[in-house]
Amino acid sequence: MKINLPAIKAIYKFEMARWGRTALQSIVSPVIATSLYFVVFGAAIGSRITEIDGIAYGAFIVPGLMMLLLLTQSVANASFGIYFPRFTGTIYELLSAPISPFEIVVGYVGAAATKSILLGLVILATAWLFVPLEIAHPWWMVGFLVLTAVTFSLLGFVIGLWADGFEQLQLVPLLIITPLTFLGGTFYSINVLPPFWQTVSLFNPVVYLVSGFRWSFFENADVSVGISLAMTLLFLAICLGAVWWIFKTGYRLKS
Amino acid sequence: MQPVISIKNLSKSYASGLRALKNINLDISKGEIFALLGPNGAGKTTLISIICGIVTPSSGSVSVAGHDIIADYRAARAMIGLVPQELTADMFETVWTTVTFSRGLWGKWDDPAYIEKVLKDLSLWDKKDDKLMTLSGGMKRRVLIAKALSHEPSILFLDEPTAGVDVELRQDMWQAVRSLRDSGVTIILTTHYIHEAEDMADRIGVINKGELILVEDKVELMHKLGKKQLTLQLHQSLDSVPAELASHHLALANGGCELIYTYDTQGSRTGITGLLTDLSRAGIRFKDLDTTQSSLEDIFVDLVRQSRK
Repeated sequence: MKINLPAIKAIYKFEMARWGRTALQSIVSPVIATSLYFVVFGAAIGSRITEIDGIAYGAFIVPGLMMLLLLTQSVANASFGIYFPRFTGTIYELLSAPISPFEIVVGYVGAAATKSILLGLVILATAWLFVPLEIAHPWWMVGFLVLTAVTFSLLGFVIGLWADGFEQLQLVPLLIITPLTFLGGTFYSINVLPPFWQTVSLFNPVVYLVSGFRWSFFENADVSVGISLAMTLLFLAICLGAVWWIFKTGYRLKS
Repeated sequence: MQPVISIKNLSKSYASGLRALKNINLDISKGEIFALLGPNGAGKTTLISIICGIVTPSSGSVSVAGHDIIADYRAARAMIGLVPQELTADMFETVWTTVTFSRGLWGKWDDPAYIEKVLKDLSLWDKKDDKLMTLSGGMKRRVLIAKALSHEPSILFLDEPTAGVDVELRQDMWQAVRSLRDSGVTIILTTHYIHEAEDMADRIGVINKGELILVEDKVELMHKLGKKQLTLQLHQSLDSVPAELASHHLALANGGCELIYTYDTQGSRTGITGLLTDLSRAGIRFKDLDTTQSSLEDIFVDLVRQSRK
C-alpha cells in the first residue's frame, strides 16, 4: 500500500506551525499552572504531608501533574486541530484530497501528541527546579508518556469530529477528563482512600495511567504496572475503533 | 475518445429526503470547458461534491480517467483540483502556507518554484506573506484557485468562481482559465453569469431539480434553440396586424410602432424577403430595422421554465 507521506508531513507541519504561533499560551501558561501546583501542593500543603509511601510529597505529585497536563493538552490540541477545519469549512480539502483516514489521523494525532509530549518534558524540567527527582525506569517513563499522549490525542480527535460547537468541544475535557484526572490519584495514592472509594477509583481509567507513570519514576504503584499498561492499550484500542468507525461511516464528515 | 470523467446513473438522496440528483449520466471529454448551468438548488454543487469525494452518492458510479472515485479514490482525486463556492479559508494562515499545504495534501513534495509561478500567474505574489484574513473577497477567491492549482491537477472544478468578484478580476480569472485549458486541463464550471458560460464553454449542461435536462455543444445549442428576431420601426403606428400579413405571425410592440418578426436560424429560408414584399404591398413603411439573436440566457430561461411545467 502506498502511503501519502507528503500529506502526512503537510498536516503535521501545519499543525505544529499553528502551535508555534500561539507558543506563549501553549507553553507559558501550562508552565505557570504547574509551578503554581508546586507552590500550593508541594510547598504549602506538602510541608505538612512530607511523604507518601516513602517518597517526598513534592516529588510524588510530579508524575500526576505531568499526566494531568498530558491528558488535558492532548485532548485540547487534537480536538481543536480537527474541529477548526470543520468549523471554517476548510475540511473540504481533507475530504477531497487523495489521502486515507489513516494518514489524516497520523498527521493530526501525531502533531497533537508531539505537542503534549514536549509540554510534558517542559513540566518535568520545571519540576526539577522545585524538587530533586530520580527516574527509576526512564524508558518506561517515555513509553507511558508517548502512549498516553497518543491515546488521549486520539480521544481529542474523536471529540473534535463529534463536537457541533465550541461549547461541546469544551464539554468533555471540562466535565469528564479534568474530574477523572483529579480523582485519579494525581495528588494522592488511592491506597490512602477508604476501601469503598478505592474500589470506585478502579473504574477510573486515569488511575491506571497515573499509577503506571508513577511506577516508572519511583517503582511505586497503586495497581500493577502490567495492568496499567493493559488498560492504557485497551483505551487506545477503543479510541482507534471510534476513529475507524467515524471514517467508515462518514459520521459528521460527509452527507 | 475515452471520456476523462464518466458519470453513470448517479443519484443522491439526502437524509432529509431531498432527492438532489436523479439518475445523472454524463461524459466529460479531456481538455474541454464544460459549463454546468442551473438555478439555485438544482444539484450543481452536489454533483461536483460527489465527484470530488465530499458527498457520498446514493447510487450509480463515477470514474475519473478510468479510476472509480470510491474504489480507486487516490488515483481519481489526485487528478482533480476543486475551487469551492464558499470562501472557506484558513484565516490565520499566510497565502504561501495555505497553498503549500494543499500541494502536500495531494501527495506532492514541496516545489517553491512551482508555487511561485502559480501565485504570480494569479497576481498573488506580492500577497504571499499576508494572512488570508487581511485579503479582500476577490483575493481570497484567487487563493482558493491557487490552492486548487498547487498540485498540478489535470481536471479543475470551478464552482461559481466569479461570484462576488469585480469585473477586472473576473476577466483576469477567465484569461487564466483559458490558458489552463490551452495547457490541456479539463475544466468543469458552474456559474450564475450565463454570458460567461456563453463566452467560455465548449459544452453546456443544464441541470434542474436534480435532472440533467440537456447536454449540448454550445455552438449547436445556440444554433438549434437560438431564435432571431427582426424588429421593424414603423412610420405610422398600427392598431393591429393587417390580415394580409397574418401568415407571417407578426407581433406588435411599443404601442403599435414596432412590428416583430421571429424566425428560425436553422431554416433554409428565413422568410424575410416575402415579409418585406407583403409589407410593401400592404403599404406599410418602416424607417429602421434591427435584428437580435437570443442569448444563451434566453435559451436557459426557456429550458428551465419548460422543465418546470
